[in-house]
Amino acid sequence: MEIVYLLIPVAIILVAFATWAFFYSVNSGQFDDLESPAHRILYDDDEDMIPEDARVKKEPEAPSSETPKD
Amino acid sequence: MSNPKDSCFHCATPIPKGVKVELSIDGKQESFCCPACRAVTQTILGSGLEKYYQHRGNQQQERPTEIESEDQLALYDNESIQAPFVRTIDSDRKEALFVIEGIHCAACVWLLEKHLTEQVGVTSFTVNLTNHRARLVWNPSEKPLSELMAAIISIGYTPHPFTPNQEEKLYEQEQKKAMRRLGVAGVGMMQVMMMSSALYLGDAFFMEEHIQNFIRWTSFIVATPVVFYAARPFFNAARRDLRTRHLSMDVPVSIAIGGAYIASVWATITQSGEVYYDSVSMFTFFLLIGRFFEMKARHRTGMAGNELANILPASATRLTETGEQLVPVSELNPGDRVLVKPGHSIPADGILFTQHTSIDESALTGEPLPVSKALGDPLVGGTINMEQAIEMEITSSAEQSRMSSILNLLDRAQADKPKAAQIADKVASYFVAGVLLTAVVVSLIWWQISPSDAFWVTLSVLVVTCPCALSLATPTALTAAIGSLRKMGLLVTRGHVLESLAQCTAVYFDKTGTLTTGKLTLRETTPLCEQSVDELNQLAAAIESRSEHPIASAFAPYFEYSVEEATNHVGRGVEGTINGNTYRIGKPGFVSELFGNQPPTHPEGTGIFLLMGNSSGPLAWFSIDDQLRPEAIEAVKQIQALGLPVGMLTGDREANAQRIASELGIDHVEAHLSPEDKLARVKAMQNDGERILMIGDGINDIPVLSGAQTSIAMNGATDLAKTSSDAVLVSSDLRRIPGSLNMARKTRNIIRQNIGWALLYNLIALPLAASGFIAPWMAAIGMSLSSLIVVGNALRLTKQL
Repeated sequence: MEIVYLLIPVAIILVAFATWAFFYSVNSGQFDDLESPAHRILYDDDEDMIPEDARVKKEPEAPSSETPKD
Repeated sequence: MSNPKDSCFHCATPIPKGVKVELSIDGKQESFCCPACRAVTQTILGSGLEKYYQHRGNQQQERPTEIESEDQLALYDNESIQAPFVRTIDSDRKEALFVIEGIHCAACVWLLEKHLTEQVGVTSFTVNLTNHRARLVWNPSEKPLSELMAAIISIGYTPHPFTPNQEEKLYEQEQKKAMRRLGVAGVGMMQVMMMSSALYLGDAFFMEEHIQNFIRWTSFIVATPVVFYAARPFFNAARRDLRTRHLSMDVPVSIAIGGAYIASVWATITQSGEVYYDSVSMFTFFLLIGRFFEMKARHRTGMAGNELANILPASATRLTETGEQLVPVSELNPGDRVLVKPGHSIPADGILFTQHTSIDESALTGEPLPVSKALGDPLVGGTINMEQAIEMEITSSAEQSRMSSILNLLDRAQADKPKAAQIADKVASYFVAGVLLTAVVVSLIWWQISPSDAFWVTLSVLVVTCPCALSLATPTALTAAIGSLRKMGLLVTRGHVLESLAQCTAVYFDKTGTLTTGKLTLRETTPLCEQSVDELNQLAAAIESRSEHPIASAFAPYFEYSVEEATNHVGRGVEGTINGNTYRIGKPGFVSELFGNQPPTHPEGTGIFLLMGNSSGPLAWFSIDDQLRPEAIEAVKQIQALGLPVGMLTGDREANAQRIASELGIDHVEAHLSPEDKLARVKAMQNDGERILMIGDGINDIPVLSGAQTSIAMNGATDLAKTSSDAVLVSSDLRRIPGSLNMARKTRNIIRQNIGWALLYNLIALPLAASGFIAPWMAAIGMSLSSLIVVGNALRLTKQL
């Protein structure tokens, strides 16, 4: 059972670290807006980040600015 | 977006009859309610942000406001005007803070951030959905601030420079502190709980003494910051309450936390007795969560509105010997000559130096039709010049102008505002006294029976009767209800709204801009010749198409073709040539000069009558008026169905007020009231014990909005009216008002149920704890369960829409 003499202090250090990380995130304003990030993740606006060859073929009525494939 | 046929593609408001503003999008023809909406959509699509329309769903969007003239925006490039809201980060980066008007959903935030970060010179642009604040970092040498502000306006939002005041900075710090405390209590609670379960199990499985001691000491290390950091607000509040001889829930909470902690520390040091670190941490955490929600519910939505009061002073064009000079209004002095362009507001009280113009005084008087002014007439600061560019001389500085005196009324009105009784607070202070008394009695009795048990029994009593459920009863219900109201389109900005709405005994409306749309519309066309009404309307629209006069906007929906030539006869009417024929619209005398006869008499009715004619005779009468909101009748009926009388207080003329009132079925009408009169009427009724809900929008409503027990401002209201009211009707749909009244009553019921439950639970648990059947840890679980039930009950409010 002597292992608890090591494990509990380790746990406390981890807790202290977690608290520090939380303080940091609160102070840097990451909790200021609790609403929009939840929605933002749902927006598919990463199309330009998808590599050319991995793109799914667009719908036929897509804007003509795309270079036509096939 | 739902139905392109009858609602605007951009703002989703119904398209007025006869309006044809269209744009082809992805091969589909979409309709708009006005060219401004189309321009916004064009900008959005042009920047490749068409996803916005998918993201936002079916949300209603505000109609974009007309773009401020560029020279006015250019004022923001001025260093001294930038000073309050712009900060220099380094040599080529600056940071500006804005409050953005017109944001309602995450899609708005997405659109703004996307559009702005694509602009040249912008390093970053972040928008906060909760308080509508935006932070712009840009390179001023690449792009002036005014152009970036124009970019925000071009997609349909209005940026207001934002200078955080002292109070708001404090609030922000407060919020962050609360969050940090919650974090410490939460993490601490979990950790201590883990070690405590080891101790509980250790008791059963004969844990070695030295390990038990070690775990006690480590629990002590974790629980100490929870007590000294996270629970500090309770101690501070309790000390303050004791000093002012006033009992709040903080007192027994502090005694329980402090007592249990000290006892545990004693037990740890002397290695005897029980430790209660787990109960202490959990107790603190749950209480903090309740407080946190309450704080959020009471403050959150208020912020967006409050900042609008900080908008920069409006600008004015001062005429000096050297030419025109754009200056902030606050720098104007009596005697200055000022140029005011049509559509701009009069910067301060003064005298007209131009032959003629018309002024929209609706903000001041509620009268929807512009008033004619001639050379030498006094002009009131804050009213709007409608017709042509005018010169005026300032007679009093902006602070002394009549508008400002209305604002002064506001302060006094707010101080007199009756307070809504907050049931929970009243119950709580009795409850707290009861708990403390019981705890003392219990500890005395147990001291006689068995001194060694006295401490933990007393502790159990304090924990089990913990006002947790009681303290959660109100905030959770408020949070849920305020969230639901927001979805309905009512933005609550003051904490007392739900309580006072539920107690409201009469509802009063302002007329112009509240029950009516506040825009001039063509009500009736009476033909005086063979032509059809449609043809006449189109003809009139063509002639008026070049006019800036507000009356001309009434004809805009019928616009089909343009006039070849038009001349404005200020104060009299418009003359135009179409296919070689000369037409006139305007005052009967002006029009009849064309055909040389006496003008015909106008039909019965109220509003303004315009005559149209050509050289052969009169063609038609047009009756122009401010129109009722389409849903107003239903809204009034629904409010009356709730058993509340509906009244109207307006600054407009008696006849107009009576007509609107009879259409709506409102019995109590008072017309021709000054802002002071309105406030006096409402105050008199409130002194008689009535609890008034006032709904208004204009500057003239500001005193009454801040003086009424509850007040709601329309979405189109002036910023100040929004700030001085308790809630803003964002959806502009009057039917939300009976809906909100209903919601407030439901909330009151839920709060009562919650308090009832919390008291019942305590009545059952208290005797058990007092007789020593409940250990502190059991008490903590019971307390949590009762809190969960309260929260669950409050969540029912989010389902009923």
